[in-house]
Amino acid sequence: MNTVSANETYNYKVVRQFAIMTVVWGIVGMAVGVLIAAQLVWPELNTHYPWFHFGRLRPLHTNAVIFAFGGCALFATSYYVVQRTSQAPLFSNGLASFTFWGWQAVIVLAAITLPLGYTTSKEYAELEWPIDILIAVVWVAYAIVFFGTVAKRKSKHIYVANWFFGAFIITVAILHIGNSMAIPVSAMKSYSIYAGAIDAMVQWWWGHNAVGFFLTAGFLGIMYYFVPKQAERPVYSYRLSIVHFWALISIYVWAGAHHLHYSALPDWAQSAGMVMSLILLAPSWGGMINGMMTLSGAWHKLRTDPVLRFLVVSLSFYGMSTFEGPMMSIKTVNALSHNTDWTIGHVHSGALGWVAMISIGALYHLIPRLYGLKEMFSVKLVNVHFWLATIGTVLYIAAMWVNGIMQGLMWRAVNEDGTLTYSFVQALNASYPGYAVRVLGGAVFLTGMLVMAYNTWKTVRQSDAKAIDALAQADSVPHAV
Amino acid sequence: MTSFWTGWISFIVLGSIFGCAWLLWVTRKSQKFDTETEQTMGHSFDGIEEYDNPLPRWWLVLFMGTIVFGLGYLVVYPGLGSYKGLFGWTSANQWEAEVKKAEETYAPIFAKLAATPIEELAKDDNAMKIGQRLFANNCAVCHGSTAHGATGFPNLTDNDWLYGGSPEKIKETITGGRNGSAMRAWKDEIGEEGVKQVANYVRSLSNQEGVDEAMAAKGAEIFAANCFVCHGKDGKGSHDMGAPNLTDGIWLYGGTQAIVEATVRNGRGGVMPSFKDKLGEERIHLLAAYIYSLSHR
Repeated sequence: MNTVSANETYNYKVVRQFAIMTVVWGIVGMAVGVLIAAQLVWPELNTHYPWFHFGRLRPLHTNAVIFAFGGCALFATSYYVVQRTSQAPLFSNGLASFTFWGWQAVIVLAAITLPLGYTTSKEYAELEWPIDILIAVVWVAYAIVFFGTVAKRKSKHIYVANWFFGAFIITVAILHIGNSMAIPVSAMKSYSIYAGAIDAMVQWWWGHNAVGFFLTAGFLGIMYYFVPKQAERPVYSYRLSIVHFWALISIYVWAGAHHLHYSALPDWAQSAGMVMSLILLAPSWGGMINGMMTLSGAWHKLRTDPVLRFLVVSLSFYGMSTFEGPMMSIKTVNALSHNTDWTIGHVHSGALGWVAMISIGALYHLIPRLYGLKEMFSVKLVNVHFWLATIGTVLYIAAMWVNGIMQGLMWRAVNEDGTLTYSFVQALNASYPGYAVRVLGGAVFLTGMLVMAYNTWKTVRQSDAKAIDALAQADSVPHAV
Repeated sequence: MTSFWTGWISFIVLGSIFGCAWLLWVTRKSQKFDTETEQTMGHSFDGIEEYDNPLPRWWLVLFMGTIVFGLGYLVVYPGLGSYKGLFGWTSANQWEAEVKKAEETYAPIFAKLAATPIEELAKDDNAMKIGQRLFANNCAVCHGSTAHGATGFPNLTDNDWLYGGSPEKIKETITGGRNGSAMRAWKDEIGEEGVKQVANYVRSLSNQEGVDEAMAAKGAEIFAANCFVCHGKDGKGSHDMGAPNLTDGIWLYGGTQAIVEATVRNGRGGVMPSFKDKLGEERIHLLAAYIYSLSHR
C-alpha cells in the first residue's frame, strides 16, 4: 500500500479535453437541431442538396447531441469522478488518451458519413459497420481505464457514482455490440443479422437503453458526485441508492418493447414491456429523491448559486420525464401519443431538461477546478445561461405537448359516418404554430450554449500554467499513511 | 411457443419483479432508523458522505403499488410466454371487435347510399360531403386535395378520362385499380432520332409551340407504324387500353419537347392501386359518385 510514487497526480488533461469538447459538440449538435426544426417550419430550407436534407441531418443531430455532447460529458465527468472518489490516478494515461482521440474520430466520421447518406437505418445506431467497430474498440478501452482505476481505489467501498458509471459502461458495450451485429456487403454497407419483428425488438432494446443507460444511468453517476459536492451536503440516503440502482438497471433493459406497441411484436412482449416500464417509475424517482433531498438544509444556496440551480432543475425535469415515460408506455395512452410530437417533447424534456442541464451544471463546477480557478469567469453569465436553458426547454416541450395531443386527437376523430374528420395534412397544418415555437425554444437554448462557450473561453484564458501546476500539487493523490 | 420458452420468459419476467420486491423488503428490514437521521454510513469519498436515512415511505408504497399492478396485469393479459391471460385478450381480437362494431354502426349509412344511382347521388350535397371525406383520406395523397392531380397523377375534374368516365368505369377503376405500365420504352426500337421525331409529331397533334415540321413529318411515319396500336390512328387514344388522347393538350407527365421525348424514350409506368379490400363495394360506390360529381356540376 505504500508504493505510490510521490509525484503521482490525477490525470486532468484528458478530463479537460473532454470537458472542452462537450461544449463544442453541444453547440454543433444543438445548432443542427435548430436547423432541422427550422426545416420543418420552412421546408424550402431543405434545398436541393441531399446532404442538407432533414432526413440526413436528423440522425446527425441525434448522434451529435447524444454521443458527441452527452458522450464527452460522460467521459469527462466519469474520468474526474472515478479518480477523485477512488483516490487513484487513471489506470492508463495512454489508453485514456486513446479514448479521447478515438471518440473524436467516431464523431467526425459520423458527421461526414451521415449527411452523405451512409446509414444502417437503425435509430440511434445509424453508423455503418466500420465505425461501429471503432466504437466498440474505444468503448473497451474506456472500460479498461475506468474499471482499472476503480480496482486501484484506496477505500474498501466503491462510491455510488461509480456504480452508475460502471453499469452504464458495461451495458452500453453489450447493447452496442448486440444491436450492431451485421453482415457487411461493402466498405460502407451492411445488413442486420436480425430479421423482421426480432430486428425491431433488438433495435428498441438498444434504442430505449441508449436512453436508459447512456442518458440515465451515466448521468445519474454525474448527479451523485456533483450534486452533493456543489451543495456540500451528504447524500440523502445510502439505502435508497442501493435499491434504486439495482432496480433501475435490472428493469430498464425490459422497457424497449413499449416502442413497439400495437405492432407485429407478439402481445406477450408488448405486455411485459409495458409492465416493466410502469415498475420503472419508482426506481427512476429514487435518483431524483436522493438528489433533491441531498439539498435539505442547503436550499438557501439556490438563491446565490446558479450552478446548483442547474443541477436541481435538471432533477425536476428528470422526475417529470420519468413520470411521463411510464404513463406513455401504458397501451391506452400510447394509442394516442404514438407517432405524435408528444414523443419528441418527452425525449427533449429528458434531453434538454435533464441530460443537458445536469451536464452543464457539472461542467460549471468542473471547468474552473480543471484550470486551477475557484469559479467561472462570470457567475452572472452562468445565471443568464440558466434562465436561457430553462425557458428554452419549457418552450420546446410545451409546444410539443400541445402538438402531440392535438395530432393524436385529430388523427382519431371520426364523423358520424365513420370517415376520418381530418386528413393528415390538416393535422400537419395545425401543427405549424407549435413547430415555430419549437424553433424559438431551441434557439434560446442554443444561445445559452453560446454564452457558455464565451464564459468557458474567458475562464480558460484566466488560468495559466502556474495555476495548473499548483493544482497538480494540491490535488496529488493522497498517500496512504 | 414451446413450454421451455414459456417457462424461461415467466422465470425472467417474474424473477425481475420479485427480485425488486425482495430487495425492497430486505433493505427495509435492515434499516437502522425509521425516521430521518444525521447518522452517516461512515465512509467518505472525496469529502462526500452518505446518510443512513430510511427509504421514504411514500416511495416504498409507490414502488410496491406498481409491482402489484404489474403482477395483476400479467394475470389478466398475456405476458408470460404462451399464457393467454384471464380473458384471452389479443391485439388481433381487439382490432376485430372494433372493426365489427364500426361496421355495425356505419354499414347501414353506406348501404342506403349505395342503393342510390351514382348520377343521382352526385347531386346529393350530404352524400357528397361524406364522399369528399373519403376522398381526402384515401385519394388526396396522389390526386391532391382538390382532385386536380399532379405530374403522373390524373386530374379528376376535367372530364378527360384515361379509362372512361362513366359511373361504371370509375367504379371499376377504384375497385380493381389500374396498371398503367403499358407505355413501353421505345429508345431501342426507334433510336434517339426516332424518339425526337415522334415527339415532334405528337406535340403537333395538339398544336404545341416549337414543333419542327420536318421532324414531325418523319415522326408521323413512325407513329403510324407503332404508336397507333394503343393511341389510335388519329392519336385520340383508347379507354380500353388506358392510352391517353394525344390531341387534346392535356398532359399526364407534361407536354414540353423534352418531357414528351423522355416519355417516348423510357416509357411510363403509373399505377392506381386497388381499393376493393380497403373500402368495400358500398364506399366505392359513394366515392365514384363524388369523383363523377367533380366533372358533372
